[in-house]
Amino acid sequence: MSSNEKIIALVSVGLHPKSGRARRADQDARAVELGLSLSGNALEMLHVGNADNADNDALRSYLGMGLEEMTVLEQGAGSSLSETLGDYVKTKMPDIVLSGVRAESGDSSGMTPYQLAEQLQWPMVSSIADIVKIEGGEAEVLQALPRGQRRILKVALPFIASVDGAAAGPRQSAFGPASRGSMCTIAASVQEQAEPSHDAALDVQRAPARKRAKRMKIAKAKTAADRFKAATVKSQASGGQVIKDKPAREQAQAILSLLLEEGVVR
Amino acid sequence: MSTQETSTGFRRNPRQDWIARNRLHPLHGQGTVFPCVERGPTGLVRKNLHSIGFIGPGGLKRIDRSSVGSFVANAGRRVRPEEAVLEQLPLVKIENPDFYIMAVLDLVGGRLTEHDKDVLGQAHKLINAHSDKGAVLAVVFGESKEEAFDKAGVDRLIHFDQPNYQSYCPELQVAALQKVMSQWQARYCLFPDSIYGGRDLGSRLAAKLGEPVATQAWQVDKDLAISRGCGGREDLSRKTPRFILLAEECAHPIDETRHEVLPLTLESQVVTDPRIEDAGMLAVDPSKIPLGEAEFILSAGNGIHDWQQFHEAAAVLGATEGASRVAVDDGFMPRATQVGATGTWVTARVYVALGISGAVQHMQGIGQCEKVIAINTDAGCDMVKRADLSVIGDSQEILHELVELVKEHRRGESADVQ
Repeated sequence: MSSNEKIIALVSVGLHPKSGRARRADQDARAVELGLSLSGNALEMLHVGNADNADNDALRSYLGMGLEEMTVLEQGAGSSLSETLGDYVKTKMPDIVLSGVRAESGDSSGMTPYQLAEQLQWPMVSSIADIVKIEGGEAEVLQALPRGQRRILKVALPFIASVDGAAAGPRQSAFGPASRGSMCTIAASVQEQAEPSHDAALDVQRAPARKRAKRMKIAKAKTAADRFKAATVKSQASGGQVIKDKPAREQAQAILSLLLEEGVVR
Repeated sequence: MSTQETSTGFRRNPRQDWIARNRLHPLHGQGTVFPCVERGPTGLVRKNLHSIGFIGPGGLKRIDRSSVGSFVANAGRRVRPEEAVLEQLPLVKIENPDFYIMAVLDLVGGRLTEHDKDVLGQAHKLINAHSDKGAVLAVVFGESKEEAFDKAGVDRLIHFDQPNYQSYCPELQVAALQKVMSQWQARYCLFPDSIYGGRDLGSRLAAKLGEPVATQAWQVDKDLAISRGCGGREDLSRKTPRFILLAEECAHPIDETRHEVLPLTLESQVVTDPRIEDAGMLAVDPSKIPLGEAEFILSAGNGIHDWQQFHEAAAVLGATEGASRVAVDDGFMPRATQVGATGTWVTARVYVALGISGAVQHMQGIGQCEKVIAINTDAGCDMVKRADLSVIGDSQEILHELVELVKEHRRGESADVQ
């Protein structure tokens, strides 16, 4: 399906969960894949940050997915990420902006698409698995829910969507096109160096993740007899309702009413 | 001390003693009860060990050393543990609190999740860290089946259950939360950082108000909030912001007190112009859902002989198929469907075990399931002990009736719609 909607996919540098090596972020790559399947080569890939550092290879691996060009926005020191992004997106006026749910580097707060949506006053659809169709200025979107469920949402263009890990997997990144692709850097506007931004004032300290203690079962016994019981007695299964020697229909009815009560049979 | 007093005080009535000792005597229990501690004939304190305890239901002497409850009064009936706890938990009442902590709960399937309870526990932890008096203001949306809000630590409850909150409506929910915030001036806003909507809602509200937010926070106190960042590789510590999205197991849930659960209502109506429209759920093929994620599993074991019927039943019920090791080893089901320690550890909300007696490995695999229904011919098997509802009988017959009932139920519903 190749339509004439203008789509921007926001990409960031990912980190491998085990080795910590820079790579293309999984959800961002899925967003690019979704964008490619919707608008083909008309898709624009956008990265905010610095292109000429060690992360270059990781960013280039997005170019290895088939596009020839990628835009890199330099972020001014005085402006926040969402402001920089918002200003750029306003000039481009795309129909859809796609991003991942949570970045693999940085704060991983997942706030960027929400802040961008707030700045542009666009609707924000979270954790989507697919965009089924775009018709008459309205898109039908599949939202990924826990337990493999999908919800159909209808939203008017333009909108921002974060792409979940349940979306179609990204295509392989080819090394040749990745090396040949060009990075088009846009320098930060002059309004930076104004006052320290809102986030910087919060003063975040970073440290390697500490291992979290596993939650233990606490026996809150007040007497020695209770402590003894907690230590020795096998937790007595309360044993639910048992239906015995009844006609099969009555037994089945009991099961059905429980299934209906739990809402699993619809 | 006069002689008269001593002579009457210490004199025993041997006949009364004998009646009191002999529980088969017709007058037993009517006469005086031995005091546990009394003076002997010489004036020394004597403990009468025979009068300690009481005669239990089996005719055996029972001694209650916990001195918690009156065992004698309850000797005849079995006290369920929750019931016993409820009698003891003190009720905490907070009148005219100085501040509120807003906790927006997920309420998956209408019930509090463990994550929700942790969030409420964290809210109370924050309240205790402050010197002034605070109350937890819980906000829930949609249908609620929860009855234990009091034991989870909810002081005040706002329940938006109007029909327009029943479907997916994040914009409406954000508008409602804004109203709640402006009316009650919450000092902190806590959300579970979950895939069930807590994360989405918290991010939306924080972005709307342009406030900083700590996501995946796992250690929060009055001054400092530590949260995971950089894809879980780093800890970010910052001054505790007003908006906190809490990770699982951030704090211990409340278990020693009960709270009032006073219902509150908004003064004004919530009006929005929603731009996202919920067009309902997509019918997902249950057999395509990974077993570990499936919500509703129909699992078969050694007691199943009609496999065609089993597959049909799973299709009609809309359940994902599972199997015990025996069924897989015998070649009736593929290896990928095996539930248990050697197969998949399932997290289903409802697990129906057909003809599975419940080997230890299998029980481990279904440890996280909420409701287990057992259909078995053996009433004494482990699965029946674990199950919330057990049906003893021929699985083939019961399954047949169940499928018929579900079909009837669906027909009845579609007739109602027309």
